[in-house]
Amino acid sequence: MTTTIKGTATQKRLTVALDDVSFSYGESSFRFNVEFQAGRITAIMGPSGSGKSTLLNLIAGFETPDTGKVLIGGTDIGDTPPSARPVSMVFQENNLFAHLSVAANVGLGRSPSLKLSDADRIAVAEALARVGLAGKEQRLPRELSGGERQRVALARVLLRDRPVLLLDEPFASLGPALRGDMLDLVAGIHAERKMTVLFVTHQPEDARRIGQDVAFLDEGMIAATGPADDFFDRSGPDAFRRYIGDRGGTVAGSQHIARKQT
Amino acid sequence: MHAARDSRITAGVIALAAIALLIGGAFAGLAVEGAQDLSGAAAAFDSYLLRVARFTLWQAALSTLLSVAPALLVARALSRHPAFPGRGLILQLFTVPLALPAIVAALGILALYGRAGCFAGAFARLGAGEWPGIYGLSGILVAHVFFNLPLATRLFLEALGTVPADQWRLASQLGMGARPAFRLIEWPVLRAALPGIAGLVFMLCITSFTIVLTLGGGPAATTLEVAIYQALRFDLDPARAVVLTLLQIALTFIVVVALTRLGANTVGDANLPVAPRRYLSAGRLETVLNAGLIALALLFVAGPMAATLLSGLEADLGRLAGEEAVRRATLTSAGLAFLAALLSVTLSLALIGARRALALRGRPGNTMSLLEHAADTGAGFVLVVPPIVLGAGWFLALRHVTDVFAVAPVMVVTVNAVMAMPFAIRAIRPAYDAASERHERLCLALGIAGWNRLSLIDWPSLRRPLATGFAFAMALSLGDLGVIALFGSDSVQTLPYLLLARMGSYRTADAAGLALLLGLVCLMLVVAADRLGREGKR
Repeated sequence: MTTTIKGTATQKRLTVALDDVSFSYGESSFRFNVEFQAGRITAIMGPSGSGKSTLLNLIAGFETPDTGKVLIGGTDIGDTPPSARPVSMVFQENNLFAHLSVAANVGLGRSPSLKLSDADRIAVAEALARVGLAGKEQRLPRELSGGERQRVALARVLLRDRPVLLLDEPFASLGPALRGDMLDLVAGIHAERKMTVLFVTHQPEDARRIGQDVAFLDEGMIAATGPADDFFDRSGPDAFRRYIGDRGGTVAGSQHIARKQT
Repeated sequence: MHAARDSRITAGVIALAAIALLIGGAFAGLAVEGAQDLSGAAAAFDSYLLRVARFTLWQAALSTLLSVAPALLVARALSRHPAFPGRGLILQLFTVPLALPAIVAALGILALYGRAGCFAGAFARLGAGEWPGIYGLSGILVAHVFFNLPLATRLFLEALGTVPADQWRLASQLGMGARPAFRLIEWPVLRAALPGIAGLVFMLCITSFTIVLTLGGGPAATTLEVAIYQALRFDLDPARAVVLTLLQIALTFIVVVALTRLGANTVGDANLPVAPRRYLSAGRLETVLNAGLIALALLFVAGPMAATLLSGLEADLGRLAGEEAVRRATLTSAGLAFLAALLSVTLSLALIGARRALALRGRPGNTMSLLEHAADTGAGFVLVVPPIVLGAGWFLALRHVTDVFAVAPVMVVTVNAVMAMPFAIRAIRPAYDAASERHERLCLALGIAGWNRLSLIDWPSLRRPLATGFAFAMALSLGDLGVIALFGSDSVQTLPYLLLARMGSYRTADAAGLALLLGLVCLMLVVAADRLGREGKR
């Protein structure tokens, strides 16, 4: 876990902001007004359909806002195609091309035409070693476990070396122990690179494990943001506490609920 | 999705423009010719024309009835006995007519039922007088049923396959006999599928050219398509050709519109349904009846195939293979079919990609744009405008400008390519859409586009479906006797054209040998297409 990769850690930290962004998709509509601090890990939480993935897709450029601006490091990136944005994104699945080897899948992070120099190949091997997949360069994705596949995606993130990392529930289908390992890997990469990380999760323990900040989404809006520590003690926003099912202990909880109903 | 500068849309527009040019050119040819000779066109509306139109509809209606009604019973019999010995083989055999060029089947039918065929010999030996032969309506009907009975059977079987296994479990638990099970479970599904299947068969019979040309045997049994061919090639009567063509277009247009209303699948699937487990056991009487039905259908379908094989083997194959004309025709056929398949797959891919790109750009709830509609159904226009009609339009347009027989290769390649598109699209589109579902965002995120995307991402994941589409298109094009019948000449001959010529000069043995060769090649291509498609679905 201490391997470092050549030519890294040179990037600047960038804020990510959505300035009065509105977006509608079918029946649902979203409105985002938020700024994520540079170089921090923010857990994006909220009920299904609250707009977590939409938020990430808007930042990554897979969706175009109806109105408003998406700013990264203060620059409006509305007209920038997804691949040219200073952003890497890891999806829940389909992060790899099934017919390409592990090395080729990572190498695509360096060159979309897969024209790799010797230096690139060394960088690929180093990135794979960093995520714990040394020696598996020539495997095909179907020969890997679910966790290993997401490690390949993270290796590509290392190689692309973009200042913003978006994680759209990439570990949701993994077991608790494996998910913990993967989160630690993300935290480790963040410690080296200090990129701005936004990660969507349904699991409060994930947010507590590596999240520095939390943004809580509800009904297509940012309902609350703040340091993770504040969210998880008694002073967290009510809607958030209801979402995570926190009754706040027996006595306090019942008082809390009684107060809410009146 | 961020797809403002998607090269796939450009490619789709180019493909659509090419198709529009092909169809539009044919129409322009017809329009100019018709306008030049209005009185001639008006005079062409005579009793002969009406008779031809009536016969076209009559033979199609009869063929449909004779194909679909038995198919319904055969499909039901096959679905009742999922573990019947040789069932898989029978279903395989039922896919063969799809692969067999019409002219090959026509020869097989002549070898079996013709005046010099197997039946005639048996008839004479029995002392029952002279066998009447099969030219005319009966020949056309036999050939159409040979093609469409297996097709309809497979489609009905597919419909029966959609009955959930739970319904069968329930039926057996409730102790339903064969009759209530048919009435309550099978018939509703079959009835729902019936209009679509009957419509498809009707459509295929209305636009059938080769069968009517080779088995019709004279002016008494002529359809519009054959009449167009005769007006252009023999009577040199462009005014009549224009009127006939317009009539044919109107007819097919009405049928296609009706079909779309019925929700029919106008392409016809080559897939074999998997036999689901059944929970009802058939009684003894029913089993015997079903076995008899299946055996009859099998004999009917296998007969002409066996006759093709046997009479083909009787031909002097060695001499045929050494003949200069045969070699040239084989090479011409292979080359033209290869190019047609290549063009067909390229155009199909362009349309599929454009359709997908447009679908991604649009949002749910929005109505489809005109372009998206065109990319979606562009290939379907070909069904309204049969190859003979396209050929006739261009024939009329080009004869003022150039030697029509010199452009034969171009016409054959383009028309056959477009004709095969509905099939190629069916082979490729599901795989393309599924691959796009997995890869779209990743390609966007990593900036993989254009050529890189085609060579690194799309080609490896679409290789198999593309090969399937290619092989199928090539088989269709190899066996086609439509455009080449209009444009063929001594200098440009394909195998089907040569076959027709040999038939015309009563060199039946030669024709049988060529038919065997052509049939085998097409069969191998379709089997290959099927294999590739199946493995691709892993």
